[in-house]
Amino acid sequence: MERKPSSLVYKGWCIFSKDLKSELRNRYALNALLMFAVTTLVAVNFAVGQFGLGEKLLAALFWIVVFFSALSGLAQTFIKEEETKTVSTLKLVASPNSIYLGKLTFNIALLFTLEVVIVPLFFLLSNVGGANLLLFFGVLILASLGLAAATTLIAAIVSKAAVKGALFAALSFPILLPLLVTAIRGTELSFRGEVFMSGFSELKILLSYLVVMIVASLMLFDFVWSE
Amino acid sequence: MPNFWKFFLLLLMSAVIIAVWVMEPPQNQLGEVSRLFYFHIPAAWVTVLAYFVAMSQSVLYLRRKELLYDIKASSAAELGTLFCILATITGSIFAKITWGGFWNWDPRQTSILILLLIYGAYLALRSAVREPERRAALSSVYCIFAFPAAVFLVFVTPRVYQSLHPADSIIDTSGRIQMPAPILLTLLASLFCFSLIFIWIHRLQVAIGRDPHREGKL
Repeated sequence: MERKPSSLVYKGWCIFSKDLKSELRNRYALNALLMFAVTTLVAVNFAVGQFGLGEKLLAALFWIVVFFSALSGLAQTFIKEEETKTVSTLKLVASPNSIYLGKLTFNIALLFTLEVVIVPLFFLLSNVGGANLLLFFGVLILASLGLAAATTLIAAIVSKAAVKGALFAALSFPILLPLLVTAIRGTELSFRGEVFMSGFSELKILLSYLVVMIVASLMLFDFVWSE
Repeated sequence: MPNFWKFFLLLLMSAVIIAVWVMEPPQNQLGEVSRLFYFHIPAAWVTVLAYFVAMSQSVLYLRRKELLYDIKASSAAELGTLFCILATITGSIFAKITWGGFWNWDPRQTSILILLLIYGAYLALRSAVREPERRAALSSVYCIFAFPAAVFLVFVTPRVYQSLHPADSIIDTSGRIQMPAPILLTLLASLFCFSLIFIWIHRLQVAIGRDPHREGKL
């Protein structure tokens, strides 16, 4: 009995590495996601490139790029299971919670890979000078974790419905809005070069959002998955 | 709903409407438009009430797996959408007269818009799933999952970020009621009437939803 929690984490890890392996073999989500992100970033910077934008606008644009790129790819992990008809097998081998944890880890990994490409490009293209990088990465990491936590459950819902792509954005936006508002404010503070503690309340909100979303997802995922 | 309540509602609602038109406009700054206040607040109240009903019925559905709870939840959400639109429109009229524009991205306006988007997303999700059981389970999960976001947007953001909207309409931050008795009485009666109207329409909708002859047409 004492091995139960470790086996949950272990199975989650197995599912994560399975997804990672299959992703590295056929790049089902990653290529589309990266190209979408780069295209959006370039389009946004091309449209506003000549004007010196304020920190507030830059922060908003940055999060719009991240938000839409994330939405274009994060649902794939569940949609793929539905399309290749591997759902029933997965149901047999693992408990819903371990599947949620595995898929969540995979989506976090996907999002971080995306940001490794987007963030340097963004700084390069939009001339943000004197940003507080510590605060920026603090906000970025917490907000990305929250984004992945909230969208993983919605991705599972969407994979069971018709018109998946459009529905994913429509379902995610209202739930992600508190996160986006807070992340934009935190990023704006970091672009202005404020000290780390000035963004502390934003970081606290982001952390509590992350915890609430993971707890709610673990409670609800079973109902979606067993459908 | 028993006939007694219907007649009671007729009388009380008429009394409220008469009182709203007969009473002096309370705030001289707002003038005639302040009469809208007696319909704007109840509409916003019913929007939130309907969301709570939809959420609690969704929880019941997931626990007991009976489609009746899903019918109750979805009817509440449909009604909530209607009242949400009414609250948004009356709020915009207020905003035009007091703040100068129909839409100002005030935190209150943002939160009601997001509530509208949550309702819309919920209904869009329902129309995208065909089998009743699956539709019920997925939309219930979404309704519950959106709850923390809705609470944050409706109750937290307007108090944290600067808003021009009156802080809290009936009870101020110190917990005291700060309006003249006739105004308060009319407002409370109006709130009560709107809640009754909501319950009435909701019961009708649930009765229609349960009608077995209607199954095929959905």
